[in-house]
Amino acid sequence: MGRATPVIPGFSLTLGYTLFYLSLFVLIPLAGLVFKTTQLTWGEFWHTITDPVVVAAFRLTFGASALAALINGICGLMVAWVLVREPFPGRKLFDALIDFPFALPTAVAGIAFSTLYIGSGWIGGFGDHLVSGTNWVAARLGHPDFIPSGALSFLDFPLSNTNAGIVVVLIFVGLPFVVRTVQPVLQEWDLEQEQAAESLGANGWTTFRRVIFPEIFPAWLSGMTLAFARAIGEYGSVIFIASNIPGKSQIVPLQIVTKLDEFQYSEATAIGVVLLFASLLILLAINGIEVWARRREQVA
Amino acid sequence: MFRSKIAVIGLVVAAAALAVGPARQARSGQDVTLLNVSYDPTRELYSAINDLFTEAYKAKTGVNVTVEQSHGGSSKQARAVIDGLQADVVTLGVGSDILAIEKAGLIKPGWQDRFPDNASPYTSTVAFLVRKGNPKHIKDWKDLLRSDVQVIVANPKTSGAARWSFLALWGATAGAKTYDLSTPEGLAASIAAGKAAKDFPAYKNAAALAAVTELYKHVPVLDTGSRGATVTFAQKGIGDVLLNWENELYLAQDEFGGDKFDIVYPSTSILGEPPVAIVDSVVDKKKTRAVAQAYLDFLYSKAAQDVIGQWHYRPRDIETLKKYSAELPPLKLFTVDETFGGWARAQKTFFADGGIFDQIYKPTN
Repeated sequence: MGRATPVIPGFSLTLGYTLFYLSLFVLIPLAGLVFKTTQLTWGEFWHTITDPVVVAAFRLTFGASALAALINGICGLMVAWVLVREPFPGRKLFDALIDFPFALPTAVAGIAFSTLYIGSGWIGGFGDHLVSGTNWVAARLGHPDFIPSGALSFLDFPLSNTNAGIVVVLIFVGLPFVVRTVQPVLQEWDLEQEQAAESLGANGWTTFRRVIFPEIFPAWLSGMTLAFARAIGEYGSVIFIASNIPGKSQIVPLQIVTKLDEFQYSEATAIGVVLLFASLLILLAINGIEVWARRREQVA
Repeated sequence: MFRSKIAVIGLVVAAAALAVGPARQARSGQDVTLLNVSYDPTRELYSAINDLFTEAYKAKTGVNVTVEQSHGGSSKQARAVIDGLQADVVTLGVGSDILAIEKAGLIKPGWQDRFPDNASPYTSTVAFLVRKGNPKHIKDWKDLLRSDVQVIVANPKTSGAARWSFLALWGATAGAKTYDLSTPEGLAASIAAGKAAKDFPAYKNAAALAAVTELYKHVPVLDTGSRGATVTFAQKGIGDVLLNWENELYLAQDEFGGDKFDIVYPSTSILGEPPVAIVDSVVDKKKTRAVAQAYLDFLYSKAAQDVIGQWHYRPRDIETLKKYSAELPPLKLFTVDETFGGWARAQKTFFADGGIFDQIYKPTN
């Protein structure tokens, strides 16, 4: 076999270590999960995962996570673009801030967001605060009630305890993924290709669509996938901003915790297993698209 | 970058050493460490009682006892004990959670008779917290069902307090028989009636079912724990009335200011009996049964009963209860035993998978 000389020696050692490491931290816990679920009969398993409240939770978790990942896909791409291509004062600081959601305990984020977005909060009652602030200044200048109260209530965003609020916190926890996967590709990007496209008569939009985007597409897609996967498992921040009503605004992780609190371990793992396999399928599908895109690019 | 990583690792190691440190010293010579696994609101109560107990036990026996505390949602705490948390004693919010530990084989059956008063050294009840001046005129249970009233209460699947609240509304609507438990006669009569009760018509009460179904339509946020519900009501300003433990309502007043809220007592409510038990399998292994027994006995002493009153729980000792009667007025209360035939039955009917609570929230699509 004409295998190239490995950079790091000791193939069997590294392989053994990798397998051990993966088993210890991934395979054994997952096997335990599946094993615990097998204590249920098929009937019980089916009954657990088709309970309307559980189904509604799956719909909410996957729906909100997908929506948050898509928004992150678009906004994260713009953020990455601006950070790489548009020098502005304080860019380094903003760049560092991107990692913030990684480090912040998500419960803290949940509390902060839910306080901001309640009816009397800074964002939840932004229009009302604007009116009262302006009127306060106006009154000092001799024009009381400058703006009628409620005139700017379209600027209120009381998203606490709504499912839109769930999407907001999921956007927060997923933001770094898209930015951090797209950024290096943009940094490595050779400007000459753009200039070539331009010289061939392509306008800005065409250049972006036909030349730049195909190049960053695989990274962008994996960023979104990571954001999506992260959102599916998110618990800490969501329970603070969601209203947690069964069948309406309970996410799957909360369903699992609820089952555990009822001492129904097997039922809890059953929901966990479904979540796991559904996520796995989605990740595989997205991976497939990525591979297909890379191959197409190489052919082109 | 590399240096900061080392700093982080150092911190983690130091934190781990701190966490492990005290546990290692347990039972060297005359030192004993007890672990009391309790529910959410009792943090302050038990840290006050533990100091008194340590002192009293040292004076009596010369043994140094350190009582460690763990707090969290009642069911979550029970699960931790079932999963191997080495609790010498459990002091939980609901009897059904201790029943779950019993079912796992860690506590021997009959624990409810091993300590006086249903193994509950103190009681509490469910009452209302409303905005100052009671702008929505919320006086009694039926006012919670009005369409203009938003109610904050936790999810009974995950919160003990919410389970008591659910049963309180159900029993009050079903016209359960009540007692004045601040008198010895009332107390004796309620215990006798609880033992004698054979059938429980409250379960079949259609008005009660209609009432709880209606109530949860007025709940905009369903928090997972009683403390979360308090925060939603008091700090986030959501809802017109908070349904919670009496002691938690006083804590909210202490914490957020008495000028913001009023406590309203409904005409009748439930006798909340948070039970205590020794975890037999743990004390037998750790050989701490004598200390654990002394600790739980101590909860019934005058000194501990007084602390219980200070923290707005209702002391079992009638004299001590009288001392705090300005804050804890005599109420008409009904018991779970007489009205619902005990927690095992109530849990199964109302809160188990597919029970009445699940029916209320069954999505219609």
